[in-house]
Amino acid sequence: MKIDASHVEEAAKELYIRALKVLPPDIKRGFDTLAAKESNVTGRAVLGTMIQNIEVAEQTDNLLCQDTGIPIYNVTIGTNVEIGGPELREAIRRGCERATREYPLRSSVVHPLTRKNNHTSTGPGVPVIHYDFSADAETLIIEMVPKGSGSENNSWLKMAVPAEGVDAIKAFVIDCILDAGGRTCPPTIVGVGVGGTADLCVHLAKQAATRALGSQCQDPEGHALEQELSAVVNELGVGAQGLGGDSTAFAVHVELAATHITMNPVAVNMQCHSARRSSATFTPKGVEYGF
Amino acid sequence: MAHYDITTPISDADVRKLSVNDTVTLSGTLFGIRDATQIHMFDHGRETRFDLSGHAVIHTAPNVRKVEPSEQYPAGYAPVCIGTTTSARMERFTRPLMKKNGVRMVIGKGGLLDDSLAAFGDLGGVYLAIIGGTAALETTWIEAIEDVDLDDLNPESLWKFRVRDFGPLLVAMDSHGKSLYTTVRSDSRGRRDQVLANLGVKQR
Ligand code: SF4
Repeated sequence: MKIDASHVEEAAKELYIRALKVLPPDIKRGFDTLAAKESNVTGRAVLGTMIQNIEVAEQTDNLLCQDTGIPIYNVTIGTNVEIGGPELREAIRRGCERATREYPLRSSVVHPLTRKNNHTSTGPGVPVIHYDFSADAETLIIEMVPKGSGSENNSWLKMAVPAEGVDAIKAFVIDCILDAGGRTCPPTIVGVGVGGTADLCVHLAKQAATRALGSQCQDPEGHALEQELSAVVNELGVGAQGLGGDSTAFAVHVELAATHITMNPVAVNMQCHSARRSSATFTPKGVEYGF
Repeated sequence: MAHYDITTPISDADVRKLSVNDTVTLSGTLFGIRDATQIHMFDHGRETRFDLSGHAVIHTAPNVRKVEPSEQYPAGYAPVCIGTTTSARMERFTRPLMKKNGVRMVIGKGGLLDDSLAAFGDLGGVYLAIIGGTAALETTWIEAIEDVDLDDLNPESLWKFRVRDFGPLLVAMDSHGKSLYTTVRSDSRGRRDQVLANLGVKQR
């Protein structure tokens, strides 16, 4: 299957705008589940406002949140997909820039030292683009995640030691949630990375935080850990927006990788309640948009 | 837990009537500020031509569209999406903003810290919590972008909005030394050990 770079560019543009406007159905269901269980008056009001905002955004065709985030594109390349690598990368970058200039979106991206904003949502290394491969024939999937800074500014890595075991991982996750309080715009998806190298561990935490509610860690031990943490996280009382109540998190997600015999890394990254995602799937039939 | 409909600016006496857990809806003028705005105002000595005394500021950097100035868009900007950012980064500016410019209400998300709480008590002010990430809704509460100053910092300019029924906002920090964030934080920290026990974590 041959893919035209201009179609990728168009999709990269479209995906950014779509992600900022419509929340995926799994997140909407997540809100309903939390709202049904919330016992705190303020918490119920806060969730109600968030749910109303989702509706208003769709009715008025407006952005859910003013923070357009740092644009992240996750590309999954199936078999028999023909497009030049550098061409693909540049098409995504151009689409991201065009979304920003043409919509127009607020560019939230600056040079880290000069703090200069090019008003394109791009700069050195941004958009962040990850590449992966799948066995799906003639399929190219591009997922887009605008990652808000409120949640991203609360990211943690701890190189625990093996002697501290899984207890260190659990305690660290709980302490990060308490530390973050309302700053991550809870309810959040708490992403936990376990194992790997330091950088891989943080990346796993991000993957965990940005995958769909209801999806599972493929490793059975990792899945058991995410269930255990999800079961207690809302006992912490941080609540929606950190104003108290039972809606601290939609879920805790875990992703893991093998690690070194002397290492026990754990990382936490959170996705805020504006848990935005969009995706485009290229097949010989054309491009299909989803979440 | 009373509700107040307030038209800005607000007096010292009126702002001191507000207590944590009250709700407030604002109409009138509202100013938008952010990190760079305040870095330039207080670290680089830039002055604004706006009179902020008795007014409310919101921690924001809006998505706007440049348009021809008109009656509807006096500043040449149309609001696209206006929302709120995390306040804690701007903690050190609360006191100078109140002292030098006379601001009495700060709107944001996530709360401010101890210095701001002390400033609210000393100088008469409140922090009003908005629900972060609900910008689509907030945008419908804004009637117009009336004016803009320090616009070389765009989008972190000093924005002057005209608002109607902006809220409800929750009084989360008041002039009586109370902060809902402190209460929730100490309450949630108090639950830490029980939650860890439920997870089977042995605490040494
Ligand atoms: S943390 Fe999320 S919901 Fe909150 S302001 Fe940022 S993007 Fe919006």
